[in-house]
Amino acid sequence: MRTEIRIGGFGGQGVILAGIILGKAASIFDKNEAVQTQSYGPEARGGASKCEVVVSDAVIDYPKVQRPDILVAMSNEALIKYIVDLKDGATLIVDPGTTDIEDVREFIDEHNIKVFNAPATKTANDEIGLKIVANIVMVGAITKITGIISKDAAIESIKSSVPKGTEEKNIKAFEAGYNLV
Amino acid sequence: MSEELFIQGNEACAKGAIRAGCRFFAGYPITPSTEVAETLARELPKVGGSFVQMEDEIASAGAIIGGSWGGTKSMTATSGPGLSLMQENIGYAFITETPIVVVDVQRGSPSTGQPTMAAQGDMMQARWGSHGDYEPIALSPSSVQEFFDFTVKAFNLAEEYRVPVFVMADEVVGHMREKIVIDDDIEIVPRKMPESKEDFLPFKNIENGTNPMPSFGQGFNIHVTGLTHDERGYPDTNNPDTHDALVQRLCDKVLNNTDKICSVKSKYCDDADTIIISYGAPVRSVIEAARKARAEGNKVGYIKLDTPWPFPEKQVLDLAADASNIVVVEMNLGQMYYEVNRVLRRDANVHLVGKIGGLMPTPDEILSKINKLGGK
Repeated sequence: MRTEIRIGGFGGQGVILAGIILGKAASIFDKNEAVQTQSYGPEARGGASKCEVVVSDAVIDYPKVQRPDILVAMSNEALIKYIVDLKDGATLIVDPGTTDIEDVREFIDEHNIKVFNAPATKTANDEIGLKIVANIVMVGAITKITGIISKDAAIESIKSSVPKGTEEKNIKAFEAGYNLV
Repeated sequence: MSEELFIQGNEACAKGAIRAGCRFFAGYPITPSTEVAETLARELPKVGGSFVQMEDEIASAGAIIGGSWGGTKSMTATSGPGLSLMQENIGYAFITETPIVVVDVQRGSPSTGQPTMAAQGDMMQARWGSHGDYEPIALSPSSVQEFFDFTVKAFNLAEEYRVPVFVMADEVVGHMREKIVIDDDIEIVPRKMPESKEDFLPFKNIENGTNPMPSFGQGFNIHVTGLTHDERGYPDTNNPDTHDALVQRLCDKVLNNTDKICSVKSKYCDDADTIIISYGAPVRSVIEAARKARAEGNKVGYIKLDTPWPFPEKQVLDLAADASNIVVVEMNLGQMYYEVNRVLRRDANVHLVGKIGGLMPTPDEILSKINKLGGK
């Protein structure tokens, strides 16, 4: 089965790394197929950033996301811009600290969207003391909520994707996110 | 043993280069190719190679020509605006028969266009960008695995025929991440050096066209020039026979070996009414479109051009002979489309899905074109 995931936020939040971790976990450690793509503007930080991951048990030909099964919104701009592409009954994960779910309430009700709150930024700040691991907190929440990757694969993937020496903090961030929901 | 990695196309290209024996990179970073340079800047010194960030792309092409004549497999990577600047030295590499690899990760164009968006607008520039008659080899990867494999193949072909070889990627394949498998056992073509210094002629009109290549400092008497030259390499610019023999040999060494160089992949073509021809990232959409069409009972097949140049005439003619409609899918307003027309000589039945703007065509966009042609 093909599952399409889109993660949207600001440049600098680590949205792309979150997608790489999901893709690597799915393909290298869970032995499924995965493709990760991204779009970004010319600016390095602060602009809109979008990362897409397709996970499947079969070979993935078309690599881009068209109708996401899962949308992860880490900015309100991303939430408003991308919600309209969601499939009926899709999963929406938002960081309430950086989004306002009421802005898209109508779409959620009309399309039977399953909404999950994952306060990644606040958790990163309060529990890890590092705002920059909000993306890894979010990977934890995505893993728990969607089951798209296994917990073991997620942890292996994080260890091999984050800078050396930061593994412990990042695994802690992942666990915090996993336990949020 | 083999290695499994989840990496970006541009990183795979850099790894392929190192695996093929590339030990010199000179380039000027440009989106969306920058990660090729970035990875090689980090990795080349670890294997005894050198990385130079040049002042511009003309100099980059010049530097890798020098690197190659120094006896080192050499490469540059760029995007359309850089490829434009390199054209003068690319012609020089053709006439001096210098093996180099030029990677072009294509973006929206003309001019500086769309740095972060995908396109395939440089296909004809790879074919005809420098002045004069020459026969380029170009490979177009459709996946991260192929970006690795085709970079290795590009180095092998460059050495085999002593020509510049282009790897014509695009932003989608350059920035996409997926799993690749790197085998331990990969065929690498080494530089063929001449054996004897006695009576050695570096540009001899030999039958297969490709002479062994000495490098500077080995003691061979050699002169390298962009002027029309005789078999010794000395300028001989007013003799029509010298020029004819030289340029004909340069073209023939590729044209006489198209059976070995040209490569396509195809599926569902045997009974197909409609055949889609594509290359690079859009092939991913084409495969899905063909599969969907087949599931609906429509006889649709596809041909993927691994080597847009030299154009795989024989393979395309054979596979497309019985199809009623040909649809060329590419991210430009028609480039390989004209080549397909030229080869099939059936203008009325060759159609174009040419998409610009930076996004690859979707399977549904391709299917809707096929349905308009009669749903077959």
